[in-house]
Amino acid sequence: MNPILRVAGLSVRLGGSHILQGVTFDVAPAGVTALLGRNGAGKTTTLRAILGEVPARGTVEYDGRAVLGRATHRLVRDGLAYVPEDRCVFAGLTVAENLRLAERVPDPDYALVHELFPELKARAAQRAGTLSGGQQQMVAIARVLLNPNRLLLVDEPTKGLAPAVVSAVATVLGRVAARVPVLLVEQNLAVVRKLADDAVVIEAGRVAWRGPADELLGDNETTRSLLGVGRH
Amino acid sequence: MKRFVPPALLLLAAVAPFSTLAVPGLFEGPLNSPGTLQLLAVCLVFGALALGYDLLFGRAGLLSFGHALYIAAGAYGVDILVSHYGWSLWAAAPVAVLGAATLAALLGSVALRTSGIAFSMVTLAFAQVGFILVNRDPGGLTGGEEGLPMVTAGLPSALVGVTNTVNLYWLALAVLVVIVLVVHTIDRAPLGRTLIGLRDDERRIAVVGLSPYRVKLLAFVVAGALAALGGVVHALVVGGASPHVASSDLTLALIVMAVLGGAGTRWGALAGGLLYAYLDQRLARLGGDLPGPLSEPLFLLGTLFILAVYFVPGGLAGLRTRWEPLRRAVRRRQVADSPT
Amino acid sequence: MSTVILLTLTGLGLAALYFLIASGLSLVFGLAGVLNFAHGLFLSAGAYATWWAAPHVGLPLAVVLGIVAAAATGALVELVLIRPLYARHTEQVLVTVGLSLAGVALLQSVWGADARVFLRPAWASQVTGILGANVPDDRFLLIGAAVLVLVALLAFLRWTRYGLIIRAGVENRAMVRALGIDVRNAFTLVFAIGGALAGLAGILGGMYFTSISPGQGASLLIFAFIVVVIGGLGSITGSAVAAAGVGLLQQFVNYYGTAGAGDVSVVVLLAAVLLLRPAGVAGKAVTA
Repeated sequence: MNPILRVAGLSVRLGGSHILQGVTFDVAPAGVTALLGRNGAGKTTTLRAILGEVPARGTVEYDGRAVLGRATHRLVRDGLAYVPEDRCVFAGLTVAENLRLAERVPDPDYALVHELFPELKARAAQRAGTLSGGQQQMVAIARVLLNPNRLLLVDEPTKGLAPAVVSAVATVLGRVAARVPVLLVEQNLAVVRKLADDAVVIEAGRVAWRGPADELLGDNETTRSLLGVGRH
Repeated sequence: MKRFVPPALLLLAAVAPFSTLAVPGLFEGPLNSPGTLQLLAVCLVFGALALGYDLLFGRAGLLSFGHALYIAAGAYGVDILVSHYGWSLWAAAPVAVLGAATLAALLGSVALRTSGIAFSMVTLAFAQVGFILVNRDPGGLTGGEEGLPMVTAGLPSALVGVTNTVNLYWLALAVLVVIVLVVHTIDRAPLGRTLIGLRDDERRIAVVGLSPYRVKLLAFVVAGALAALGGVVHALVVGGASPHVASSDLTLALIVMAVLGGAGTRWGALAGGLLYAYLDQRLARLGGDLPGPLSEPLFLLGTLFILAVYFVPGGLAGLRTRWEPLRRAVRRRQVADSPT
Repeated sequence: MSTVILLTLTGLGLAALYFLIASGLSLVFGLAGVLNFAHGLFLSAGAYATWWAAPHVGLPLAVVLGIVAAAATGALVELVLIRPLYARHTEQVLVTVGLSLAGVALLQSVWGADARVFLRPAWASQVTGILGANVPDDRFLLIGAAVLVLVALLAFLRWTRYGLIIRAGVENRAMVRALGIDVRNAFTLVFAIGGALAGLAGILGGMYFTSISPGQGASLLIFAFIVVVIGGLGSITGSAVAAAGVGLLQQFVNYYGTAGAGDVSVVVLLAAVLLLRPAGVAGKAVTA
């Protein structure tokens, strides 16, 4: 099966520092590919470069087409959806407005959203800024689920959430990944273990490890040296 | 070689008034005629003002829209002290400059609580108060919309009268040199590097442990003092102060000068100021002969400025660096073509 | 008492002009991040278009033409001058500075530097007695127009798709793009709306002052800037509240204090707001 996304030699310079220095990896057309690495390794920058939010060099092929330099909104309309770090819900808009803004098709899938997040239906008129972190994350994920997508880029969906909420979010992501491939940036290795099929580790702007997620997480030594964490 | 160019140009500028050379087209009279010297003196003053402004704009990255306030503080300060209170110029000028610096410290401490575009708006608002005040003629001090002509009794006789225009020219040149020295000294000092650091990335400087607020305030006060110094000379050269020196149009013109010349570069703003002031005065005189909007100097300068922002991002100073690769390419071609 | 009523209504009339200019500035800044010095040019475009057309087509149609001309000027400036400098905010400000200089000069060369007499509806020259005060009717014209615009703007922002995009874009442009929305169309739209409102302000200002001049836009613009900063960048209700505060303060201080004190007090108010609430009354961060 051809990968849904191929990244080759991706380089980003921002304000004089070389943040990405030739990142190369593929994302399989099904399941979850985890993008791992320490803080500041360049994971978020990789996602933003793929989306065209930061100027980058190299090659990014989405569904067989080179996309670097294309406008972000066009990529998203082509089914490359993005759940950013820190949720980025619109705090001054209501939950319903946040969702309405995200509609890209005539028949948005509210049935799925309300099945996964019944809470959002009850809170439709509430301002998103007054939601809890977990609820905001639900809005952020719901926004992309309204539309048919062919690849999700999800950046640290469990960051700063309470343990119970983390597992709820992970369950939802698992259900989503059954239909759409996901490129997931995640620090919580328990979540990675549960969801990820493949793993890519970035270190100082370069890919330091690629392979099956089980293999990486099964090897405590490698995990510790690459990610600075491991099972105790 | 390059380092001798500025002193050579300075020497040339200093001896220019001894020349009776006539440059038809560029100037109306010979170089040493009072009219030409006056025009050149105004150019020098604006070169100095633009460079002083670039300390804020190009170096510290502070887009102040209220610089005219400090120029006006210098011009009106010295004019009021000399014309109304009969002070001598040598007493009035330092008081005016110090007063402007104090004003800059006061207002800067408020304005610098904001950043980015809000800072621009706040400085603009403060300067607008100055403009309104000088127009309202409080206590008959500023002469209102007519402005306040300088009473010459308090001035040294060497600066009075058409025949002494050359001395005003030299005075303007001297002040220009002073401002160049101050700005270039700051460029080389730790303060200058900190300012540029602030412009590029404020967080980085905060990490180093300096207070960005204090550094910016210091730059704001120094720039205010330099503006007032320029304002003093402007009042002397044109024989008084008028509301135009307090108007936001003047600040906008300074921005145009800095950008035209190349903001943040060593000589860019100075060159831009000279060029702008020259064009402004010459176009105003030629204006009547040109058709339609071309008769308005500001139409031409504004259009020129917009084109410069698009097509010459580095200003005049940027042109040189753009030429450099081309020249090198040509030289390489010549080397390659020559038989070996 | 009658003086207070007259001053209040005059202050609110002035506030109406400030609001019409400031709301457009605020939207343009909030969404597109552009501090628009050419906004005064939009105002003049509306005023001069109406002044020029009124003798030919009558005042009501001329007003419509003026607003359309100002909106077109705004959209054109965004498309031709601002858009190519995408995300380079300082350059964008510089271009609007150049445009404001060149624009005023262009108006001067075409229609002269002197003020031109501006037509107004006959009823606007009459007075209405309210609690003993003889209030000129042009105040009601200004206040009524501003209230209508405020209600219409809020409804537009609240109930339409583009309103939703604009509100979201003011919060986070990049995220709007990441939802697959071409936010640049919204930029053009806010420039057109800002232009139309500024044009309306120019026309109403012409009726109120009974004259227009090339520099009029610039002098009103500075108070509009102050209103925008006090009200919070990107907030329409903030602009409305701040405009009313600024207009009233200016009128009352000018009447009870010395000449010019009202203008100074407005700037003192600005300084006080910045010291106490650096985020402006609407609470949105006043940084770029």
